[in-house]
Amino acid sequence: MKITELFERGEFVVSAEVGPPKGCHIESLLEEAKTYLSGITAVNVTDNQSSVMRLGSLAVCKALKDEGLTPIFQLTCRDRNRIALQSDLLSAAMLGIENVLLLTGDHTKMGDHPQAKPVFDLDSVSLLHTAKLLEEGEDLGGNKLVGEPPKFAKGAVVSPCSDSVDAQLAKMERKVRAGADYFQTQAVYEPEKFIRFMEKASQFGKPVQLGIVIPKSAGMAKYMNDNVAGIHVPQEMIDELKADKEKTKAGITGVEITARIIKECKPYCQGVHIMALGWESKVPALLEQAGI
Amino acid sequence: MLITELKSKEAIQSLTDGKKVFIINCHGCREVYFPLDEAEALQNELKASGSVTGCVTTDYICNPENMELRLQPHMEEIKAADLVLVFSCGVGVQTVAGYLDGKMVCAGCDTIRLPGFQGVTPLEQDCGQCGECYLNLTGGICPITACSKSLVNGQCGGSKNGMCEVDPNMECGWERIYRRLEQIGRLDALKCPTQVRNYATDDAV
Repeated sequence: MKITELFERGEFVVSAEVGPPKGCHIESLLEEAKTYLSGITAVNVTDNQSSVMRLGSLAVCKALKDEGLTPIFQLTCRDRNRIALQSDLLSAAMLGIENVLLLTGDHTKMGDHPQAKPVFDLDSVSLLHTAKLLEEGEDLGGNKLVGEPPKFAKGAVVSPCSDSVDAQLAKMERKVRAGADYFQTQAVYEPEKFIRFMEKASQFGKPVQLGIVIPKSAGMAKYMNDNVAGIHVPQEMIDELKADKEKTKAGITGVEITARIIKECKPYCQGVHIMALGWESKVPALLEQAGI
Repeated sequence: MLITELKSKEAIQSLTDGKKVFIINCHGCREVYFPLDEAEALQNELKASGSVTGCVTTDYICNPENMELRLQPHMEEIKAADLVLVFSCGVGVQTVAGYLDGKMVCAGCDTIRLPGFQGVTPLEQDCGQCGECYLNLTGGICPITACSKSLVNGQCGGSKNGMCEVDPNMECGWERIYRRLEQIGRLDALKCPTQVRNYATDDAV
């Protein structure tokens, strides 16, 4: 099932993210996904997230699909040239994986193999363009595909609280013109910034899922403020996380904060995307508190 | 000036159509290679159409002091132009674009890789010698060398406080491009078709 069909029906689409392990065993990943994420619409599988080498996204997508979940295949341009990217998109289609999220990807220098060659033959925009060509039955080299072409729900990302939000909106427009069907955002901690962003982004007419990262501690919030592009956790939230360390450690404070953010932003967006970063078990409580 | 190749007549026409143009030729490294006759023929056509406000042929415009000295006598002609068209390598175009605030500066040439020859005036501006110059889409800032990922379709999500997360000492190239396009009133350049790089023109690959 394509998640675009749900957007079209006006449903508020909830997705969450899982990161494949550094190894070839996924029993615990599948168990967690089945236990905590089976109630939601779709599960993103990250592609060597943060440029850290892990088990492949496509293989985990297939395993999740076999368990009855709806995977979203994340595909980045960091590690593959245009031949490999198109080949992986065809492989996804063959496996019945119809939801994709197409990204440029972090630079290799950010990860655990900084010596690696960064590819970036295509980028997020030209990859969206390429996926659209494949849907029309042609590859980027202008050659015809054999048989019925694949059909995808083509996702893309945008960073609504970035300090260069105008450049982000310009990029978003390019992604829409290249074929993006829906957007997931970087984590939002400043609802008023997100709402201002959506006032401008709504002109593109594409569904946007609010990005959520549950903060695990005041230290994590400060770390993100110092190191993660497009994220700013306001001081009052950091103080809230500091106030009762036991409550924060148990995840209660983080869930309260993010549930509030979802409630405030919900009227302005078409879904929510939760990047739990190991806290998949908190997702059901978060959705309940957010009233979804 | 490294090895340069004239952009196609159509590509140049799409830049100059209906505009007043000031022309700069750089013959600084002409011992290497500059498409002298082709550039002259094309410029004569432009001049015949009456749209050229002035023209200067000089050497080493990649050297900022030298460039300033050479352009100073022509500032009125430059002011009268909508567009400054530079026939040089990518470093030269970027040096002129950095100097002429608020003016659209375009490249008339593509720069091709010449191993072992890196130009005479190494500066903060750099040319990737990629063989398909993008400076006309970016307000004269090179996305190949100013962006850590050499992105050609806009900013990624990795800029924080205007700096690149890959190299905290480097400004985000696409933020610089956005600001420059805003300054010269050419944000419409971002609405160009999706760019797909052609590595067949890049001799480094």
